[in-house]
Order: sequence, then structure tokens, then C-alpha cells
Amino acid sequence: MIEIKDLHKSYKMGSNSLHVLKGINFSVEEGELVAIMGSSGSGKSTLLNILGMLDVANSGEYNLDGVPIKNLNETKAAKYRNKFLGFVFQSFNLINYKSALENVALPLYYQRIPRKERLERALKYLEQVGLKEWATHLPSELSGGQKQRVAIARAMASEPKVLLADEPTGALDSVTSYEVMDLIQKINDQGNTILVVTHEDDIAHMCKRIVHLKDGVIVEDKKVKQVRASEYV
Amino acid sequence: MFDLERWQEIFDTIRKNKLRTFLTGLSVASGIFILVILLGFGQGMQNGVAKEFSEDASNRIIVWTRTTTKEYKGLNPGRRIQLRNENNEYVQEQFKEDIARKSAIYRVGGSTVVFENENLGYSVQGISPGFQFIENQFISSGRYINELDEKEAKKVAIIGRKIAREIGKSYEEIVDNYLDISGIRFKIVGVYTDGGGDREEDRIFIPITTAQRVFNGADKVNNLTFTLSPSENFEASVEQSKIFTNNLKNYLKEAHMVSPEDNSAINAFNTLEESKRYFGLIGNIKFFFWFVGICTIIAGVVGVSNIMLIVVKERTKEIGIRKALGAKPWAIIGMILHESIFITAISGFTGLIFSMGLLELIGPHVEVDYVVNPSVNFSVAMSTVILLIISGAIAGFFPAYRAANIHTIEALRDE
Ligand SMILES: Nc1ncnc2c1ncn2[C@@H]1O[C@H](COP(=O)(O)OP(=O)(O)OP(=O)(O)O)[C@@H](O)[C@H]1O
Ligand SMILES: [Mg+2]
Repeated sequence: MIEIKDLHKSYKMGSNSLHVLKGINFSVEEGELVAIMGSSGSGKSTLLNILGMLDVANSGEYNLDGVPIKNLNETKAAKYRNKFLGFVFQSFNLINYKSALENVALPLYYQRIPRKERLERALKYLEQVGLKEWATHLPSELSGGQKQRVAIARAMASEPKVLLADEPTGALDSVTSYEVMDLIQKINDQGNTILVVTHEDDIAHMCKRIVHLKDGVIVEDKKVKQVRASEYV
Repeated sequence: MFDLERWQEIFDTIRKNKLRTFLTGLSVASGIFILVILLGFGQGMQNGVAKEFSEDASNRIIVWTRTTTKEYKGLNPGRRIQLRNENNEYVQEQFKEDIARKSAIYRVGGSTVVFENENLGYSVQGISPGFQFIENQFISSGRYINELDEKEAKKVAIIGRKIAREIGKSYEEIVDNYLDISGIRFKIVGVYTDGGGDREEDRIFIPITTAQRVFNGADKVNNLTFTLSPSENFEASVEQSKIFTNNLKNYLKEAHMVSPEDNSAINAFNTLEESKRYFGLIGNIKFFFWFVGICTIIAGVVGVSNIMLIVVKERTKEIGIRKALGAKPWAIIGMILHESIFITAISGFTGLIFSMGLLELIGPHVEVDYVVNPSVNFSVAMSTVILLIISGAIAGFFPAYRAANIHTIEALRDE
């Protein structure tokens, strides 16, 4: 599903540049649930942003579902993001004046799906994350866990090939974190490919594979026995 | 424009950001409101000035005489020049082409006027029917002195509205009644009003022929007055009246043996040259209000641009989210512009309707000195609104364009 070869990324900081990713080689099969770990500043978010086409690498290859991702202009990147990718952020990034339902329906608006169908489909995904009753509520009326579940529903609404989550539990307490991970596991069970950036070991062990980043390179890449989050909930 | 989905998206945004929308709209609406009121009063002032100087027909020429000041052809200075009927007739014949209206004036000196045993101290003047148009007079009741009155030297008179007011009787009780002028009965046939107001309504007019015959005027004339036929434009009219005045003076000087260098004996006052000054004043006022108006529009445009800048800045994070979800840059720009055009249009027209309504309502009642019926040209106001919408869109485009091209990650980081 994802294939990257010798990926380099550096940020220009005035006269000197900061080399963040120093040759990443890594591939992900369909249906995998991968945790990306590493200390702060090791380049996890940078990697995820490149995979999400929110940022571009300086060099290296990137194939997504057999499509080479290179020389993207903004318009094309937007199209690919909309078609192939779903994002979940640490800070939820919901639009505050839109209801839960409208937030979930938003990616479908950019797929030019008619309003009625859009809202029907959004409601289906809200139901999947257990928030059907909260459909008309604004984000400010939801708890952190609920917000993140809305964000996950939104990421799933466009039926992406890959779900990218940057510290989805970073802003949540442990119980809520497990609820969110339970949801992510269930989505993965349906065959979706998911990458989760996390700091926490217990969250990482709820994935099927852990990739360790250090100083811009992968230092460890191992399959693990998945711990089901439902055991804790 | 016809993307229904986008309209819905925009209505959603507007509905859920009422305060922001209201404030944006309010500033646009009040800008237009102020502009229209301003332009309205500019027009009002122009009307006022025009009215102030419209008392008399503006291309009026009046001729009068004094004593000579220069020796000429053996004649001593200090000789009184007296205009006569023959001068009048000659001029009327000679300058037929130029003259539109004409009337000679013979002032009846030392007359006493009595109406129903009451002494009225007003001057009496003999005129021709053309005088009505030269002095810009209107008839309040009855009629003006006509050709027949003049031809048959009838004993008829018309009096000013002010005189009628001082008599203190209704027009019905005055018109068709009689007046004594130095013991001779005259029938009052009408009451006139003058554009110049009270101070020009205190004269009693009788036919000039009557005045000369009854009051021993012989063929004496005090003044010659004319209005000229209009030329194609103002400048040409001024030129025409200048030439006419000169020719007239030259003829009169020659006929009365006055030195060509004598600038005192024969006088002619040409209101057109005078009014040129006032027209210049009106032009300046017009210019001033346009200047203020344009400044207001510029202020409005700057205001709208500022609002757009703030709105876009405030929505940076939202734009980042939309982009992460797959919005293309042009979709973002389109959305922002669409929304801003919609809001400026609605509020611009609201401001327009309110201000035009106000002007319609109070405009006709405003009549203080120099401000009459403030009103505004609808198409001018309309173009202003459209100009404001367009400039708002242009002003909104740049921040929208920039926002749409901010790096998505950076936009998401914005708080
Ligand atoms: N836009 C940028 N410009 C300059 N430097 C950047 C930029 N984004 C990230 N960096 C730097 O690159 C390095 C890697 O950042 P990144 O966000 O990928 O780290 P991370 O592994 O996600 O850390 P954390 O766990 O704290 O989120 C950091 O040193 C950071 O300061
Ligand atoms: Mg990070």
C-alpha cells in the first residue's frame, strides 16, 4: 500500500538547514496497523505529513497504492488527499461552527457529493463511532474523546486507502485513549490500513507493528502481538 | 455562481457566524449610507444655489442712462441722456435675430397710489408684456398685462403679491377692482409673484403706452430690457450677449452723440456675465462633493478590504482543515470571494435602500437657504454600490489567495 525509498527531508533554518529525515526505507501492506514511535523531534510528524502529502520530501521515492507521488502541485495534492487519505490530529481540528454531522460530511463536499447523500453517509459514520445522538452538537459541546471520535468518523467518511493519525490520543486521558484505540482497531479489523504516531508504549502495543524513529532513521521495525483495547474499556 | 452546493455551504457559514457577518455588513451598509446622504446634500446645495440665482432670467440685459462725462462734437459734458421710443423701436428692429423678449420701462415719478381710500406707497412702472419673462414673474391671480393692453393703452394694472398681502384682502376682492394712480382709475387685472421674493414684489405695473400717455411721458423711456435667444451652449451665450451689449451701446452712443470713450452716459448690465461667476461657484461645489464622495468610496473600499483581511486571517485554521480534507486552492478562494461578494452586495443594497428612502422622505421637505431638495441620482448610487462590491472582491481576493496558498501544516497550527 505504502512504499518509500531513501526519503530525505531537511528544513531550511536561515543559513543552515536541519536534516530531519535521513533516508527512510519502509513499506506498509494493506490492512496493517502501524505505530510510529520515537522521541520528541525525531521526525515522526514530518514523516506522517509527507505520507499525507501535506509536505514534500527533498528526495526519495514514495508510492501510494502503486501511484508514484511526486511533483505534486497544490491542486493535485488536494485531490489525492481527498481520495486516498484520512487524517486524525492530536488537536482534533474540527470546524467549530459546524455540527458533528457537518464536520463529518465536509470531505464529501469536496468530493462533490450532493448534500442529502453527504449527510446520510456522514450519519452512518457517526453511528459507527457511537455518536449518532450527538450529530447536531457543535464541537464545543463534546468531550475530548467524543471530538476525536468525530474526527475519526470524518477521516473515514471519504473511505480512504490509508488513515494517518498523529498522536490521536495525545490530548486524552488513558480511559478515553483506549476507547479511541478500540475504535481504531475496529476500523483496522474491517481491513483499513492505519498509521498511528504515538509516544506511549501501551498505545503502540495496541497496533500490530511498531516502527522506531531515531535521529531521522528507522532504528527498529518489529511486528508485535496486538493488545486489544477492549480489554481495558 | 450557480453552484447550489456552494450557496448552501455559504449560507451555513453566514448563519453560524452571525456576528461577524453582521459587523461586516454594517460597515459596508453604513459606508454606502453616508456616501448617498452626502451626495444627496451635495445635490441639494447645488439645487439651492441654482435656485438662489434663478430669480431673474439669467441672460437678461438692462440699459440705463446718466449724464455725459466727456466733451464730444462740440457738446459739453454733463448733458442728460434721455432714451426715447424711437431708440427702443430701432433696437428691436435692428437686433430682431438676437432678442427673445423685450420691454422698455417708463417709471412714473411722484405718483400716489390709493386703493379703497388707503394710500399705498409703491412705485409705478410702465412695461411691455415681455417684462414678465425678463423678470421671471408668475401670475398668482388674474392675468399679466397683454399686447392689447399695450396697444390700446388701457388703464389696467397688476400688483405684486407683497402689495396684495399688505392690502390684506383676498385676491378675489382685489382683482377686477380699481386703483387710483395720481387720481386716475386703473383696473387691477392680476397679482404677480417674483422669483426674487418680497423685495421684487412691491411694484405696480401698467402698460408702458398708458404710462407715457397718461402721466405726460411723451416718448420718454427710462430703461431698455431684453433677454436673448439661447445659443447652443453657455460660453456661446456669454459671447453673444457681450457682442449684443456692445453693439447696443455703440448705437445708443451714436444716436445720442455721446463720445465712444464715455463709459458713464450709456450703461448696460449683462446678467449672463454675472451669472458666469455663480455657475463657476456651482461647478466648484459639485467638484467638492464629488471629491468628498470619492474619498468616502476610497475609505469604504479600504474598510471592506480590511474586513476581508481580518476575516481571512481569522479563518486560517479552518482553511487549513478544509485543505487537509481535500479542498483545492481555488475552492477556498471561490468560497471566500463568493461569501464576501454576497455579504457586501446585500448590505450595500440595504444601505442604498435606507439612504435613498430617507432622502425620498425628508428631501422634499428640506428647504433652508442654499439646500433645496437633496436627492441623489439612482444610477450614480447604484454604480457606487457595484464599485464597492467589485473593489471588495478585488480587495478580498489577495488575502484569500494568500490564505489558500499557505502551507496546510502552518495553517493548521494557527490558533
Ligand atoms: N516547518 C518546520 N520548520 C523548521 N523546522 C521544523 C519544521 N517542522 C518541524 N521542524 C523540526 O523538525 C524536527 C522534527 O519535527 P517533528 O515535528 O517531525 O518531530 P516529532 O517527532 O513529531 O516530535 P513530537 O513528538 O514532539 O511531535 C524538529 O526538530 C522540529 O523542530
Ligand atoms: Mg509530532
